[in-house]
Amino acid sequence: MDFLFTEEHKALREMVRDFARNEIAPLALKMDEDGDYPKELIGRMAQLGLMGITMPVEYGGAGMDPLSQVIAMEEISRASASISVVMAVNNGLVCEPIYHYGTEEQKRRYLVRLAKGEMLGCYGLTEPGSGSDALALSTSVKKVSDGYIINGSKTFISNGFHSDIAIIFATFDKALGYKGITAFLVEKGRKGFLVGKKEKKMGLLGSDTAELIFDNCHIPAEDLLGREGEGYKIALTTLDGGRIGIAAQSIGIAQACLDESIKYSKQRVAFGQVISNFQAIQWMIADMATEIEAARWLTYRAACMRGKGQEYAKEASMAKLYASEMVNRAAYKAVQIHGGYGYIKDYPVERYYRDARVTTLYEGTSEIQRLVIARELLKD
Amino acid sequence: MDFELTEEQKLLQKTIRDFAGDKVALDARERDEKSIFPSDIIRELAGLGIMGAIIPSEYGGSGLDYISYAIIIEEIARIDASVAIIISSHNSLCTNHIYTFGTEEQRKRYVIPLAKGDKLGCWANTEPGAGSDAGGIETTATLKNGEWILKGTKLFATQGSVADVIVIMAVTDPSKGSKGISAFIAEKGTPGLRIGKKEDKLGFRSSDTSELILDDVRIPEENLLGRPDAGFADVLKILEGGRIGIGSMAVGIARGAFEEATRYAKKRIQFGTRIAEFQAIQWMLSDMATAIDAARLLVYHAAFLKDHGERCSKEASMAKLFASEAAMNATTKTIQIFGGHGYIKDYPVERYFRDAKLCEIGEGTSEIQRLIIAREILGRE
Ligand SMILES: Cc1cc2nc3c(=O)[nH]c(=O)nc-3n(C[C@H](O)[C@H](O)[C@H](O)COP(=O)(O)OP(=O)(O)OC[C@H]3O[C@@H](n4cnc5c(N)ncnc54)[C@H](O)[C@@H]3O)c2cc1C
Ligand SMILES: Cc1cc2nc3c(=O)[nH]c(=O)nc-3n(C[C@H](O)[C@H](O)[C@H](O)COP(=O)(O)OP(=O)(O)OC[C@H]3O[C@@H](n4cnc5c(N)ncnc54)[C@H](O)[C@@H]3O)c2cc1C
Repeated sequence: MDFLFTEEHKALREMVRDFARNEIAPLALKMDEDGDYPKELIGRMAQLGLMGITMPVEYGGAGMDPLSQVIAMEEISRASASISVVMAVNNGLVCEPIYHYGTEEQKRRYLVRLAKGEMLGCYGLTEPGSGSDALALSTSVKKVSDGYIINGSKTFISNGFHSDIAIIFATFDKALGYKGITAFLVEKGRKGFLVGKKEKKMGLLGSDTAELIFDNCHIPAEDLLGREGEGYKIALTTLDGGRIGIAAQSIGIAQACLDESIKYSKQRVAFGQVISNFQAIQWMIADMATEIEAARWLTYRAACMRGKGQEYAKEASMAKLYASEMVNRAAYKAVQIHGGYGYIKDYPVERYYRDARVTTLYEGTSEIQRLVIARELLKD
Repeated sequence: MDFELTEEQKLLQKTIRDFAGDKVALDARERDEKSIFPSDIIRELAGLGIMGAIIPSEYGGSGLDYISYAIIIEEIARIDASVAIIISSHNSLCTNHIYTFGTEEQRKRYVIPLAKGDKLGCWANTEPGAGSDAGGIETTATLKNGEWILKGTKLFATQGSVADVIVIMAVTDPSKGSKGISAFIAEKGTPGLRIGKKEDKLGFRSSDTSELILDDVRIPEENLLGRPDAGFADVLKILEGGRIGIGSMAVGIARGAFEEATRYAKKRIQFGTRIAEFQAIQWMLSDMATAIDAARLLVYHAAFLKDHGERCSKEASMAKLFASEAAMNATTKTIQIFGGHGYIKDYPVERYFRDAKLCEIGEGTSEIQRLIIAREILGRE
């Protein structure tokens, strides 16, 4: 058992924290208001290795371990969850599956550019009729002589608007069940690939969430990712890793809630004293801090197991479940501690509260995490 | 960072798990029902070196680290928390207090037999008027003719009526409040040291909790433990380790309950299916398992810091707070999963439920843990 960070981890945290504090935090409010982020930010993050953290250096990545990715996600999320979701998707949901399932050719053509921030990726699994039950998807694919033709639509796709390439899951025949599901790399600009509605959301306002439409979209044979029928495996294993990313995002938002709550409670005066003197306030702060610590260790454990090549699906689900539920409690308390000011956009906790809400929904709702955990626990 | 136990720790875990399954499980229900103190088990634990787990071998102990200690307490509490609290209070409170702050002479005289398990220890701070306000004790100690005379009443002392060696906190300078407290070592049978009421409790019924009446107890001058008037600072330090013990105990109780619940859910049939098929049951199990893992990681983290000689006051309090609330939660849900059977003594789960409650009270209530955590975070007195 060893609870210490290596010198590299410490240096990474410090570097990302400084970057997030100096270059992201000042923009966070504006991004939330504008509903968009400056594209240059992605270039800056790529320079720091944050767009392909765990990808090998030879593919343009930073060559770091999964724990490093958690550290970076925490620190970016502390400044802006909108930016951290852009990063989480590119790293965990796009680079990872291309690295694990892609051909050498695909890695050279796409992965290197994704990891270097020259391209941005998105991951299209969810559809209007299939969310939690992701493998019930209906987007269809037909084999033709020189490749494939895809028809259907994807909904709620993070980076859907800004991305240059999408990983799309489609089925040869719904009757085949999960065995018909296949993954493809679809570049923007292909005929029949359209970006539909940009969603209007409660939070994560700086990040784009869009619908993707495929209308007889023809793609060449070499853009198949993995093998035909391997899509369900790619989808599920990718999400296992992605969940660690969302757990880290939750921890980052929660830490920001705690930071702001400490600062505010020590300066706000009521009944002739700073409100941090009241036990009711102290209790909220103590509980927030304790739960953040608990979420951290669950998340770091899952990341370390992943780094060692061990089975980690249950642990990732535990981390994601606990951290996402925890950040919602933390955001609630942070607004409570700020009183009426917590409801006003002059303070960032109002944004944290909205941003926190999605963490128990995407990459598997809390209910789906519990399902995964229970399945493991009840295995005979 | 690495979350794996060492080979030695895994072996220790297995040894204690087997011992608990074979020896501690036997008669646990009867001990609870009849409030029987588990003397035989304690003797066997002594044989395994458990009564001096965290004490170096030159003082008769096993020289284990705190993570190993947490493993031991968890495995025992998983079966019977009453046995676990004996190990915990004997080791991390009494013996460790004498080991950490005692003179070489005191270590030889007291720590060695305690660590070997030849003698049983007790640690008495709480009084009728001073519980959470641990520095508000009123028992006095006055030096007269080369002897300390102790006068007062101690309450809720674990092992109070069965211990051979008792560490007692008393006021040596009433003008200085908690900065006028000192610790003393008293031996069983010292004239004036009387055992008062043996408490009849909700849980931990086979552990002994007694009142101690100090009626001019005469203790040799050299039995002052630690520096005079500096006893309360030592108490706080000792409680850091104690809270790792209570945290592990809570994890063990929670896990014992959780395992019972899982086993039961997989075999109980209602509406033609195993209740484990119902999501309502699965959800409870998933949440329990997640909280138990988180609690254990918090406990191990505090233990890790202690092993590295670092301050762990906040971390030990977080571990104790989180783990004890997880235990209360897990045992409540376990009874729910058992339905009516959970309320009946044929299954151990109602005992787990009664035992869990103490974790939120002993060695600092949950409120006191939050107080410590908030103080550390907000940086104020
Ligand atoms: C901001 C945002 C970004 C997103 N980004 C992406 C993305 O980049 N790529 C992508 O593919 N998807 C993305 N999603 C989609 C997201 O993953 C889904 O919304 C999520 O999986 C839930 O699916 P659903 O919305 O269809 O809810 P449903 O599946 O319809 O669930 C409705 C409710 O039923 C519960 N439920 C469903 N099944 C069960 C069951 N078996 N047992 C118990 N309860 C159950 C759910 O937990 C939930 O409470 C994003 C969503 C949002 C909001
Ligand atoms: C089975 C058992 C074994 C024990 N073993 C030992 C032992 O071996 N040695 C020993 O010395 N003691 C022992 N104790 C005593 C135990 O440590 C105390 O019971 C505990 O510290 C609480 O003190 P109290 O009971 O006086 O409650 P009180 O201090 O009277 O607390 C009552 C309530 O007030 C709350 N409260 C108090 N102060 C504050 C505050 N400042 N802010 C907010 N809330 C507050 C408490 O949290 C609690 O909810 C044992 C107790 C039991 C039940």
